[in-house]
Amino acid sequence: MKQTMAWQADIGLEVHVQLRTRSKMFCGCPNKFGAEPNTHICPVCLGYPGALPVANAAAVRLTAMAGMLIDSEIKLYSKFDRKNYFYPDTSKNYQISQYDEPLCLGGHLDIVVSGESRRIGITRIHLEEDVAKNTHFDTNSGVDFNRAGTPLMEIVTEPDLHTPEETLAFLQALKQVLQYGAISDCNLEQGNIRCDINCSVRQIGATQLGTKIEIKNMNTFRGVFRALQHEIPRQIREIERGGTIVQETRRWDDAAGRTESMRGKEDAHDYRYFPEPDIPPVLLMERDVAQWRSELPELPAARRARFVEAYALPEYDAGVLIADKEVADYFESTVKAGAPAKAASNWIMTELLARVSEAGDSITTLRVTPASLAALLQLVEKKTINGTTAKEVLVVLLAEGGDPAAIVQQRGLAQVSDSGALEGFVSQVIAAHEKSVRDYQAGKQPAFEFLVGQIMRLSRGKANPQLARELLKKHLG
Amino acid sequence: MIGAYLSIDREDALRQAHEADARRAHGESLPLLGVPVGVKDLLNVQGQPCTCASRMLEGYRSPFDATVVARLRAAGAIIVGRLNMDEFAMGSSTENSAFQRTRNPWNTGCVPGGSSGGSAAAVAGDLAYASLGSDTGGSIRQPASHCGCVGFKPTYGRVSRYGAVGYASSLDQIGPITKDTRDAALFLNVLAGADPHDSTTIATPPPDYLSALGRDLRGLKLGLPDEYFIKGMDSEVENTIRAAVEQCRALGAEIVPVSLPQTEYAIATYYVVATAEASANLARFDGIRYGLRTSSDDVIDLYEKSRSQGFGPEVKRRLILGAFVLSSGYYDAYYLRAQKVRRWIRNGFDEAFTKCDALLTPTSPTTAFRFGEHLDDPLKMYLSDIFTATVNLAGITAISLPCGFSSLGLPIGLQVIGPALGEETILRVAHAYEQSTEWHKRRPNLAAQG
Repeated sequence: MKQTMAWQADIGLEVHVQLRTRSKMFCGCPNKFGAEPNTHICPVCLGYPGALPVANAAAVRLTAMAGMLIDSEIKLYSKFDRKNYFYPDTSKNYQISQYDEPLCLGGHLDIVVSGESRRIGITRIHLEEDVAKNTHFDTNSGVDFNRAGTPLMEIVTEPDLHTPEETLAFLQALKQVLQYGAISDCNLEQGNIRCDINCSVRQIGATQLGTKIEIKNMNTFRGVFRALQHEIPRQIREIERGGTIVQETRRWDDAAGRTESMRGKEDAHDYRYFPEPDIPPVLLMERDVAQWRSELPELPAARRARFVEAYALPEYDAGVLIADKEVADYFESTVKAGAPAKAASNWIMTELLARVSEAGDSITTLRVTPASLAALLQLVEKKTINGTTAKEVLVVLLAEGGDPAAIVQQRGLAQVSDSGALEGFVSQVIAAHEKSVRDYQAGKQPAFEFLVGQIMRLSRGKANPQLARELLKKHLG
Repeated sequence: MIGAYLSIDREDALRQAHEADARRAHGESLPLLGVPVGVKDLLNVQGQPCTCASRMLEGYRSPFDATVVARLRAAGAIIVGRLNMDEFAMGSSTENSAFQRTRNPWNTGCVPGGSSGGSAAAVAGDLAYASLGSDTGGSIRQPASHCGCVGFKPTYGRVSRYGAVGYASSLDQIGPITKDTRDAALFLNVLAGADPHDSTTIATPPPDYLSALGRDLRGLKLGLPDEYFIKGMDSEVENTIRAAVEQCRALGAEIVPVSLPQTEYAIATYYVVATAEASANLARFDGIRYGLRTSSDDVIDLYEKSRSQGFGPEVKRRLILGAFVLSSGYYDAYYLRAQKVRRWIRNGFDEAFTKCDALLTPTSPTTAFRFGEHLDDPLKMYLSDIFTATVNLAGITAISLPCGFSSLGLPIGLQVIGPALGEETILRVAHAYEQSTEWHKRRPNLAAQG
């Protein structure tokens, strides 16, 4: 008799992220994707006899900063270890990694799925070297060592994820954080992020995790999602059929849309880890860590909150601005240059972002700089020009760049705030529109607005609208 | 007849010599200008072979200069050739060379010691003015002792290891083998110093070692550890060392008894630490990128065949031992325990150096032995390093210098051990002793041996 039971999956990830450094982890070769095979190589990353590794300080810094971004504890003492195995993707037949004393311990990252926020635990982050890329041809195989020695950090999560959707959301959130922090380019096509999945299922309410299956070498987020969509029901079916899950390593066959067994537990490697004697332990000073923390870019969520708090922006505005780090930076620079915050936000969201998305450009490539936008908005604030004129000036700025005040002066666009000059316009309008004057005096407000509009037209948009209204009211008694 | 060199590039050596002559003619002055030096065959010399006396690296050519080789060149030295050794520095007699036997110039029926046997034999036999060796458990000092030379093992990190093919990275140190103490100081001046390519080097700038020489021993306390005078050691060696100790007392040193109870655990600890590191260091020799390559359709089979054919029996023995002590379930009992004993050994020396400035001991419990004498008994061979390996485990410095001869005319070495960065102290002791004796002036009579 088949029973229907309620199941839940427990998913943990080991995410490998290539760091954005100039050189490789243990040598001076460029850390660069896409070169001819075996052109970014040297005796160190080829494991030649006598060559020694020297740890890349920038990679240590980036990994520590990644840890800070997800609230890890940064260990002042960590060390490298050798992970021993024979395979042609390592030049030394060991990989330099961190085993029992990683650089970052603990931490968490919040994700939002279906409107609900969940906190996913991070176990650790350790630093290691990427391996070479093997390519298999018909009769032989090739090894490209360009990738060998690329600085790679491995982020290990707790088994806190329960669905393919949550797992995808976690990977996307992680990617946003790492990009925001300039830790990694996170370019999936270039293999900047790859991960292994640990997945088990258990009956809801069971306190112990089920037997875990590892799915190795995932290199797309979509692949992770699909693999879990397949793997979770497969494990449930297996148990419901009366079978048991045996610990093993599987691989995802994307074309076939299923996972398949790679090796069982009995074939698991004994990596014979031991401390790397060629590299002294990494000893960080409190002041280095504090310095890095001060250089840490603000994360999207914190920045949104600060925009609301510090600039009195509506939640909506803050959300739009922080979605892209460059836009948020542009906004802050504009405000720093003297623009009123809400005006800056309005102008960026309506005028500039439309222009950016039209041109498919980055906001940083616009001719109008934060300083010139701020200058323009100050002209509006000081009533030198009105909003309509400001839009005209912006068109000039977007096309040619330049100084807004100079443009206003050259083109004679300054607002007329001189009551003598305005009185003339007011008298002309009253004389020309007797009917509207009568309508207004009969209590029809729209007639007043019409008359104001006529004054603006006569002044070719330069009249100070506030002053025009006051003068008109006075004349109409 | 001696068989010290594995490779000599005659053209290259002469070119370097002519260049040195030209520079001398121009009045250039460098510490080693025109001095012919041989290097152990595990040091990379650009464009030259670097076999480590192994079939595995037969035909291999170095793509770069080791830092110590570059420093020798910068000091004007001529790199004559590369010297025989035990395969991958594993051994104490140079009999583990895959290519040839190196004979002891004092008695060609005897081994020169090892693993830097070629380096010591070349200096003793006047085949080089001086040479470089490597010392992982005694591999500079023991052959220097057996060949009547001065062998210097610097503090760990004092000399760069970049370009020296690694045996046990946390123990290996490069040093000179010379005819006397003054030359040892001169070479140390050239070799010592931090290297950006070796992150285990010490940042502190080295002193001028020559200025440590020329003083007597008044005001120095020299420790005599009981544990270095063991049962079963050659009585001629013991008597000679005790006479040397008296000579140091006569030169003004105060001799104090010290105890190093850790000594008896040194060899066991050494063979766990060294072989563990070696099992990873030598994993790169797999036939894929360089070195000996057999043919096979299967990569695992290729590894097995290449390594089976490329490595000799002693190397295989140590690699298997090293993989074992690191393996799951045995790690704690062997590797981890050895690390603890290692710390204890280091603490033992720290404590001893609170009571004295340096230690006086024999370098080796015996004089040079005959070919084949220890070959069938690896454990007996391992005991050759009983007085030297502790120094590597502690990461400190020591020198071996001639202090007498056995009744068969074989040299006996006195070891002076100093604390970390105690190079100047041990050079001062060694130099004062040496200058008060004639031992370093004796030369083997090769002609008489036919």
